[in-house]
Amino acid sequence: MNAITEHNALTEPGAAGFLHRFEGLRARLPGRDLPWLQSLREAGAASFREQGFPTRRVEAWKYTDLGPLKEAGFGEALTPVDSAIPLPRAAAPRRVVFIDGRFSPELSDPDAPVRSLARHLDEVEGLLGSVARHEGVPLAALNTALFEDGALIDLAPGEDGGVVELLSVVRADRPVALHPRHLVRLAPGAKLVLIERAWGHGESRYLHSPVLEFQVAADAHVTHARLQQEGPAGIHLSTVFATVAEKGTYDSFLLHAGARLARAEAYVTLAGAFSAAHLNGAQLVGDGQHADCTTFLDHAAPDCPSRQTVKTVLAGRSRGVFQGKIHVHQIAQRTDGYQMNQALLLSEQAEIDSKPQLEIYADDVKCSHGATVGALDETQLFYLRSRGIPEAEARSMLIEAFLLDAVETVENEVARAALSEAVSGWWQRMAA
Amino acid sequence: MLKIEGLRAEIEGKEILKGIDLEVPTGEIHAIMGPNGSGKSTLSYVLSGREGYEITGGSATFNGQDLLAMEPEERAATGLFLAFQYPVELPGVGNANFLRTALNAQRRAKGESELDAMQFLKLARERMRALSMPEDMLKRGVNVGFSGGEKKRNEVLQMALLKPSLAILDETDSGLDIDALKIVADGVNAMRGPDFSSLVITHYQRLLDYIVPDRVHVLMQGRIVQSGGPELAKQLEASGYASVEAA
Repeated sequence: MNAITEHNALTEPGAAGFLHRFEGLRARLPGRDLPWLQSLREAGAASFREQGFPTRRVEAWKYTDLGPLKEAGFGEALTPVDSAIPLPRAAAPRRVVFIDGRFSPELSDPDAPVRSLARHLDEVEGLLGSVARHEGVPLAALNTALFEDGALIDLAPGEDGGVVELLSVVRADRPVALHPRHLVRLAPGAKLVLIERAWGHGESRYLHSPVLEFQVAADAHVTHARLQQEGPAGIHLSTVFATVAEKGTYDSFLLHAGARLARAEAYVTLAGAFSAAHLNGAQLVGDGQHADCTTFLDHAAPDCPSRQTVKTVLAGRSRGVFQGKIHVHQIAQRTDGYQMNQALLLSEQAEIDSKPQLEIYADDVKCSHGATVGALDETQLFYLRSRGIPEAEARSMLIEAFLLDAVETVENEVARAALSEAVSGWWQRMAA
Repeated sequence: MLKIEGLRAEIEGKEILKGIDLEVPTGEIHAIMGPNGSGKSTLSYVLSGREGYEITGGSATFNGQDLLAMEPEERAATGLFLAFQYPVELPGVGNANFLRTALNAQRRAKGESELDAMQFLKLARERMRALSMPEDMLKRGVNVGFSGGEKKRNEVLQMALLKPSLAILDETDSGLDIDALKIVADGVNAMRGPDFSSLVITHYQRLLDYIVPDRVHVLMQGRIVQSGGPELAKQLEASGYASVEAA
């Protein structure tokens, strides 16, 4: 079979180009014979047509400019997938691999509880799109219109899905645009550790814009470790939607360690009493890069704890953004919220924009938040040097420690090791 | 030997050390006592090279080398060690990693071979047992979540591993109960010998019951105003610093 059977160039830049792509593809996208899905896609396209790509006039996009996305054209990925590309070392014993957004059965562990969404669309009516929303999230609307494949994880009551790596490889040898859709449903009492990794191979610009939907039932527990390691010219715009029922936990850690422009948004709703959310993260931002961690946390039930610590290290001419909104509904009495955001600026050309936002409508609530921005602590530096450790080495130790301290919040050892390795690797490359 | 002559230093334009003269011969332990604000901590920081202090006059040499011209890490490599009054917490830096990095940096500076993880662990465990330190203190972040006594013991552990030839103990007794004080004192006394000298800075005489000094100096308002034998510490305890001021 010919390795290249299809390549629709998308030369028209901006939102119009993506809408034209939808017009061209709609009859061929997976699930075209499913009326509910067709109308969902139409709704997504209509919503995106109405909203367009966000501009900096939109409050939530004040600090992140999608100019690089709007000005360039992006094409479709080639099919079928050519598997002969080098993969990073596996982060977990079981791994499933998507290449250019498409499931690769030959590279994936058949024992992993992950299936191709494209091949099981008949099972997800009522589930797909039930947690995500389009309004105010144009990238999610676009994703609904255009997604071709993604992971489907559907755990039965009490099932332990173990530790699974979900690796999305982008062959960045041409300017492709990918919109994978991943669905994760945990029935009551189910457990899962998902290491979601975006990995770019190549120097080309491209867009990788996944949407993940998590439905976490009562007493279910999911750890979601995200490693964003896109290629140097890649644009990563991801959106996570999660809803958590009574006594369930959504425990996430976002690591931005790649891409030219990256923004990860998370919309998490604590919908049942005593449910919990951890929205931790670390952003490693080098010269010429822009990284953004934006979260919206809805405390919509009483007695829920939430924890958020996000650390950012910025080097060279770079920009980091942290926006963390916590909305405590009137019903959410005895909410216990904690938010901390810390940035370390290693250069005078680096910039961090930090916007914590607490909206509290309940009266019996414990919510604290804090932010620090600065250079390295001189007292800590002196302490190390007074023990004979040379200044450069002491600085390096403190920077790595700042980041690894954030990763320490991840309880699962496999996920923590994968994140630590990515952090140390990044810092060692930077320090070299 | 440590030789300080006419040492003057200021911080943010305010003169703290106003001409210190002091000699600590090799093999001796000297105590510096003085009331709060007399310049005790400033002296320890100036000698160990902390930034933020301006040296406006005088000199400080250690075995003939100009201490004030060296970086903090160079001072450490020549054998100077400062036990901090408030040991610094380093979240994310494992204590074992910290201790080994420091030890190996100094060994490198001296042209000695570095210790690998196993060699280091064996040495560290041995030293920790002597200080009654639980082994899990190696795994924790440096001083993170340590009690006051644990932090001070961690300082003494560092000293025991780095084997300095000059140790400055900056109010190492503050915040210690009597058992911890004895452990810390035993750690210092174990270092005693013809090649080890120490400057023990303290507000109270209590520590000097356990680390008996060869000489005691009284620091007031940035100057050494009185020097004597160990009995001077007892006198001060009985009559207070005011009596020195009056004299």
